Amino acid sequence: MLEVRGLCKSFAGFRAVTDVHLMVAEGEIAAVIGPNGAGKSTLFNLITGHLRPTAGQVFVDGRDVTGVAPYRICGMGLGRSFQRTNIFPKLTVRDNVQAALLAHRGQGHNFWSRAGLLCRDEAEQLLASIGLARLAHAIAGTLSYGNQKQLELGIALASDPKILLLDEPTAGMSASETHETMALIGRIARERGLTLLFTEHDMAVVFSIAQRIAVMHQGRLIAHGEPEAVRADAEVRRVYLGEQPAGPR
Amino acid sequence: MKPSATSLARRIPWTLVVFVLALTIPWVGSRYDTFLATQIAISALFAVSLNLLLGTTGLVSFGHVAYFGIGSYVCGILMKTYAVPFTIALPAAALGAGFGALVFGFFCVRLTKIYFAMLTLAFSQIIWAICFKWNDVTGGDQGLPDVPYPDLGWMSSIPFLEDLRISDQFYVVTLVVVMLSLAAMQRIINSPFGLMLKTIRENPQRAASIGLDVRGYELAAFVVAGGFAGIAGALFGIFNRGVFADYVYWPKSAEVMIMTILGGIDHFWGPVIGAATLVLLNKETTSYTEYWPFVLGSILLVLLFVFPGGIAGGLTSAMGWLRRRRGGA
Amino acid sequence: MVDVSLLFGQFLGGLTTAMFLFLIASGLSLVFGVMRVLNFAHGSFYMVGAYLAWQAVHWLSPMLQSFWLAALAAALGVSLLGGIIERLLLRRIYGREELYQLLLTYALVLILGDAAKALWGTQQLSVSRPAALAGGIEMLGTTLPIYNLFIMLTGVAIAIAGWLVLSRSPAGRMVRAAALDREMLGALGANVGALYTGMFVVSSFLAGLSGALITPIQSIVPGMDVEIIVEAFIVVVIGGLGSFWGTFWGSIIYGQVLSFGILILPSFSLFSVFALMAVILIVRPWGLFGRPL
Repeated sequence: MLEVRGLCKSFAGFRAVTDVHLMVAEGEIAAVIGPNGAGKSTLFNLITGHLRPTAGQVFVDGRDVTGVAPYRICGMGLGRSFQRTNIFPKLTVRDNVQAALLAHRGQGHNFWSRAGLLCRDEAEQLLASIGLARLAHAIAGTLSYGNQKQLELGIALASDPKILLLDEPTAGMSASETHETMALIGRIARERGLTLLFTEHDMAVVFSIAQRIAVMHQGRLIAHGEPEAVRADAEVRRVYLGEQPAGPR
Repeated sequence: MKPSATSLARRIPWTLVVFVLALTIPWVGSRYDTFLATQIAISALFAVSLNLLLGTTGLVSFGHVAYFGIGSYVCGILMKTYAVPFTIALPAAALGAGFGALVFGFFCVRLTKIYFAMLTLAFSQIIWAICFKWNDVTGGDQGLPDVPYPDLGWMSSIPFLEDLRISDQFYVVTLVVVMLSLAAMQRIINSPFGLMLKTIRENPQRAASIGLDVRGYELAAFVVAGGFAGIAGALFGIFNRGVFADYVYWPKSAEVMIMTILGGIDHFWGPVIGAATLVLLNKETTSYTEYWPFVLGSILLVLLFVFPGGIAGGLTSAMGWLRRRRGGA
Repeated sequence: MVDVSLLFGQFLGGLTTAMFLFLIASGLSLVFGVMRVLNFAHGSFYMVGAYLAWQAVHWLSPMLQSFWLAALAAALGVSLLGGIIERLLLRRIYGREELYQLLLTYALVLILGDAAKALWGTQQLSVSRPAALAGGIEMLGTTLPIYNLFIMLTGVAIAIAGWLVLSRSPAGRMVRAAALDREMLGALGANVGALYTGMFVVSSFLAGLSGALITPIQSIVPGMDVEIIVEAFIVVVIGGLGSFWGTFWGSIIYGQVLSFGILILPSFSLFSVFALMAVILIVRPWGLFGRPL
């Protein structure tokens, strides 16, 4: 579903990402982990078109999407949620997802119908599936952090992606919130047959849900495979030496 | 359960009520009242068109008067120099202004924030310089005095309208054009396209990642706003009995922006309220003192520090506060 | 065939305009570079400086004929005004959106403009050239007024002084640091608030001084505030918002474009400076010497 070949990114001589090869099969749940500054967010930005790679290619569902602008990549089945909550604060929760739905259905050019009426049912269904139905009319900016992250997920799902990239979906959450969120994400992924690629710092989360793990360090991929293989990998252990596994941030 | 005052208020078609009331002014009011009402209507249209950029899309344009100016000059030149009828000159003005917005907007939307604002200002001053200097076409610093009224003879055959003076008849035409334009803009803002613009205002990066070509949408908003500003300009040229370069000078952009913010950028009718307030305040103040800029500057300071949401923002806050008190009691 | 004296005359005129604009625009650029505020009222400070200089000359004239004292008094007066405005008004609006900052400074333009009108009326006022700088020098067939030469030299002196202060002194280092990352500077314990006030006072001083210095060659009229601020904007855009040397070279370029523009296409000189501004913004928005924001 997602393939990354030889991806490199340099910023004025600083090599943020070097020669990354990654493959995520359809329906798989994969995680990218690594210490801070390993280049995980840069990798995500390269995949979703927010940054142009210095070298290498990205394929989604067989199509070359290297360097395609973010607004076009959305239509190619790639969805993304951001590390820092990235919603439309002054709009209502329902408008947030409705906007994404309308954009996806190509209704953005429609300047005559009433926006509130189109895709209303789908918006409500989507909100229900992520547990925000009762907050549909709340102003998004007033939501709690956890709810905003759920909304973030909802907006990404509205574009009907085939593969979803989640940048630290449980950042800043307590242990129980983390558990709930990952359960929700896992359920949705299974229901919709989504492919999932996420980054995380919380090792308990990663090892409980990921089917494949990629480990990055200083811009390079140092390990890639099944959780047990990665856990046993000598290089990975060296890089993470001293870091406590599990536990929220 | 008895419906509350606010829910009743929401059911009344305010637009229609305002339109009908405004329509009666030539009969119930004086010549001066009609004069003021015409000015308010035109300013309201201009301000709402700016708010399509400012309030809906989040684009701070300091050069919106350029399109008002293009509209004025196109309509004025066509009607005065070439004796083109109003029914053609008005759409031509809108198209001319829209085209100007397309050309200028293409470059402007590639910039953000302060650079965007400065480029809109630069383009607006270019238009001013052209209008000020191109004596052959625009009349240069003398402008185009005596722009004719449109041929309103047909109005004499409509009951109620035959006894009106020409300026009153023109007021009726202006009111209808303005209301139709406002209705169109309201429709656009409440449409899916309008919702896309709002997402761009809220979070351009996220808007891109839901699939929007942000620059394309901003350019579209720029063109639509420019077109409607052009209509306002065309009407103004006739109302003012002349088109002059003064009205394209950059402080006019600041003036319409103040109107918009005074009324409240978060509400569709905000700029209309702002326009009415400012026009009336201006007329009142200038009859007592020549220090209108001082008054305007002070109003602006009060707005910035005390009522950033403008009049409409203040009203809705007050209504919300009342509703909460009633709910809690 | 080519009239050298005419061309040279235009060139000198362009330089005078340039250095004089540099005096004004340097303050504008400084404030923007450090505080990220585009001060519309900068032109108003310039105008107030001019009026204060005239007023000072009039108060002093029975006893003392000193243009220099008047100019200094005017500049100090304007810097006091600037300081008060910064502490009372500008300070409260720093965190808010740029639009509100711009509107605040525009409100000041309106208020100061009318205040000047109330105090000094709408008549044109003028100040006579100081005797020491009267007369002119013959150069290549054209006469350069000595006062204009003085303006040029002052501009260059301020440029050099400013550059030295910014690059060598501790205060200058703070200013440059603030321009790059003010949050960090605050976190390091520097008194950012005092820095901002200081910058604004210096900027107002420069504006007031330029206003005072222009009075012997240009009459003081209402509307000079609005006229000059647009020119100052053009200069800082060309040179680069926040760049000190950019403002210097931007002024030179503007001065020559205006000067020769009038010669080549008289009716288009007005158009050409705005077109230049637009072209720079399109092609290289951060100006010739600026850094992308």
